Amino acid sequence: MKILIVDDFSTMRRIIKNLLRDLGFTNTSDADDGNTALPMLQSGKYDFLVTDWNMPGMTGIELLKAVRADPNLAHLPVLMVTAEQKREQIVEAAQAGVNGYIVKPFTAVTLKEKIDKIFERIDAG
Amino acid sequence: MTDNVEVDQDSLDLAREYVKQLEQGNSVEADNLLTELTHLRESQLFQELGKLTRDFHEAINGFNSDERMHSMAQDEIPDARERLNYVITKTDDAAHKTLNAIEVVMPIAEALEGKVSRIGGEWDKFLKKEMKPQEFRDLSQEIKEFFHSTDCDLKSIKTNVNDILMAQDFQDITGQIIKRVITLVAEVEKSLVELVKLGGGLAVNESDSGSSKKIRESNVGELEGPQVPGMESDDAVNSQDDVDELLSSLGF
Repeated sequence: MKILIVDDFSTMRRIIKNLLRDLGFTNTSDADDGNTALPMLQSGKYDFLVTDWNMPGMTGIELLKAVRADPNLAHLPVLMVTAEQKREQIVEAAQAGVNGYIVKPFTAVTLKEKIDKIFERIDAG
Repeated sequence: MTDNVEVDQDSLDLAREYVKQLEQGNSVEADNLLTELTHLRESQLFQELGKLTRDFHEAINGFNSDERMHSMAQDEIPDARERLNYVITKTDDAAHKTLNAIEVVMPIAEALEGKVSRIGGEWDKFLKKEMKPQEFRDLSQEIKEFFHSTDCDLKSIKTNVNDILMAQDFQDITGQIIKRVITLVAEVEKSLVELVKLGGGLAVNESDSGSSKKIRESNVGELEGPQVPGMESDDAVNSQDDVDELLSSLGF
């Protein structure tokens, strides 16, 4: 399982990386915004994307839309981990095809729950 | 203006009289008139000078009260920007120091956990007398090595936990910096309110000037970032449960 973590704050990337490692996901890479992440996704055979929303350059929602628009990436599971918690934004992310939405600050338990749920649904579908 | 006309009239009268006395050859009288004329001119000059001095004084007083504003705009706001950047640097450093220590400690803890459970299992086997002599010799060697390596591991854990402790010193420093910036922002706000009162005569009352919610409402569609306790948007969810509820209502 190869996971890409996208967040403009390096500390948050490290936290998510550590949490994922605890959950048994050791093969992770990271990027600091959508512009860096998209080429990595296109060439890197990633199985899962965890992204922040508010980033300079290309934001998380733009990255999500770009991923869904790319035929090779369209089915990549995307988990959004963000401090944005306005209803209209959560709805926008859902409409753009996000697979899970976590608001910061979050716990290791929440992260595990959402990831499990995403894979359950993928396995069922 | 009337003053000037009067003075000019006086000067004119004196000048005519002066010329008349000169023509008549009364040099002493003429000299006296000239002195009087000069006096008149001087008093006019002093009046102007006095007025100028008063204006200058008022201007300086006005400038003094503006100096606070000047210093805020020139130095303190850029300074506050620097300070806040420093807060970002300090918190970033602290987070990285803490994460570094955790990344060292975690594998040690995991390895210890593994070793303890392995040796524990072997020990149980020994207690149940299910162990061959050679196995026991291996176990006792392993226990000896375990004590040695655990000693090193614990020292490393202690050092790293201490690093985590020390990394928390950012709170004190950043707290002080942020407090100063809050004071500055309050002062700028006060000055702006004064300015608006002076300039527009607009009815500025406390409740209006403090209503950041109104300002935020005008920015629909923009990213808001983290919600600050006590200033949450009406449109924001309050917890992960609310997010889950909203998503499930959308068919997730």
